[in-house]
Amino acid sequence: MDMDTHNQSSCSWRVRFALNLKGISYEYKAVDLRKEEQYTAEFEKLNPMYFVPVLVDGDTMVSDSFAILLAASIISSSVQPLQMLNLLKYIEEKAGPEERLSWARYVIERGFQALEKLLENVATRYATGDEVCLADVFLAPQIGASTLRFQIDMVKFPTLRRIHESYKTLPEYTASLPESQPDATI
Amino acid sequence: MAAAVGVASGADVPSKLKLYSYFRSSCSFRVRIALNLKGLEYEYVPVNLLKGEQFGAEFSKVNPINYVPALADGDFVISDSFAILMYLEEKYPQHHPLLPSDLRKRAINYQAANIVSSSIQPLQNLYVLKFIEEKVGPSEPLAWVQYHIGRGFSALEKVLADHAGKYATGDEVCLADVFLAPQIYAAVKRFNVDMSQYPILSKLHEAYSEIPAFHDAMPENQPDAPEPQA
Repeated sequence: MDMDTHNQSSCSWRVRFALNLKGISYEYKAVDLRKEEQYTAEFEKLNPMYFVPVLVDGDTMVSDSFAILLAASIISSSVQPLQMLNLLKYIEEKAGPEERLSWARYVIERGFQALEKLLENVATRYATGDEVCLADVFLAPQIGASTLRFQIDMVKFPTLRRIHESYKTLPEYTASLPESQPDATI
Repeated sequence: MAAAVGVASGADVPSKLKLYSYFRSSCSFRVRIALNLKGLEYEYVPVNLLKGEQFGAEFSKVNPINYVPALADGDFVISDSFAILMYLEEKYPQHHPLLPSDLRKRAINYQAANIVSSSIQPLQNLYVLKFIEEKVGPSEPLAWVQYHIGRGFSALEKVLADHAGKYATGDEVCLADVFLAPQIYAAVKRFNVDMSQYPILSKLHEAYSEIPAFHDAMPENQPDAPEPQA
């Protein structure tokens, strides 16, 4: 099984975490989004949306982390698409760098408020109990990326902050971190 | 409404499904289609997004995350159209199943559905367009939407090329169709997208208009649709 991916991509991170949890080995094929390697004719054959990750299983190609994993749609439709690099670039170009950051924070905090309400009464060690499940696979990269790139103040989201601390103790999680990937730049 | 005759004593009479919906919401449209296809009765509860009713105290009690659509099944409330659709699919698997049994065809359905629900629809959402209009200018939102729809539609044409039949992934109406119909509808009716570049999607648009379940779910046929102007 091959996975075409970028270490910084939040969506790719979900799939890495899940593959690790399921103990499925895969060959990592780096696609550098900053160098726009997703726009080559070769990659277009893998995914005409030019998005990573793409999972190649024999001659079946499946892209979109949701298609691979299924669920946690709040993050994948209401938060992550609105903090995508090309969208933030657009906002920065048209409205300025401060707008870019305040937009990203608005979108993320809106989503986190929703997730905090959704999970506050069900989360224990992880999002929905004491076992890692699909929701965690989506939450881990979202929280990870949000704290790192947008300096979201997690004090407002105690449940999310707590489960994020739990993820950090998992070897499958640390193995899936952007900085642990073959294409990570120091 | 007459009580059901012959219900065994002690048996639970299931309460009706309630759908909190806005007539024009693309995501609500998806759920309406699925409920119709599955032949499930439901009570339509309108939530006016333009008036901000999703943030009102009443709806917040039903759904604290303020998202529309939301489905109430007894005391269980779920929002987010993808989650609602998967709930309906898993609860009522015998009622017009929406997912093919072939694993690969199933994956294509998820992919097409997710292209719409993650990569197109969120970028044409009301508050995004308002933000762009305010911060960039009044002519910008339409160009923005047409760009993202065009990008998504080009991808869908390629994804579906080897799979489309009468419908998106074959000759049965499936999950992909439930997502595609409202998206194509919005592209044509609201955003003036030139469909001549998208032959598969154009053909699907025609096919959907002939299915009663889709027709009955259309925005203009909802209780909260405004009266057509003379």
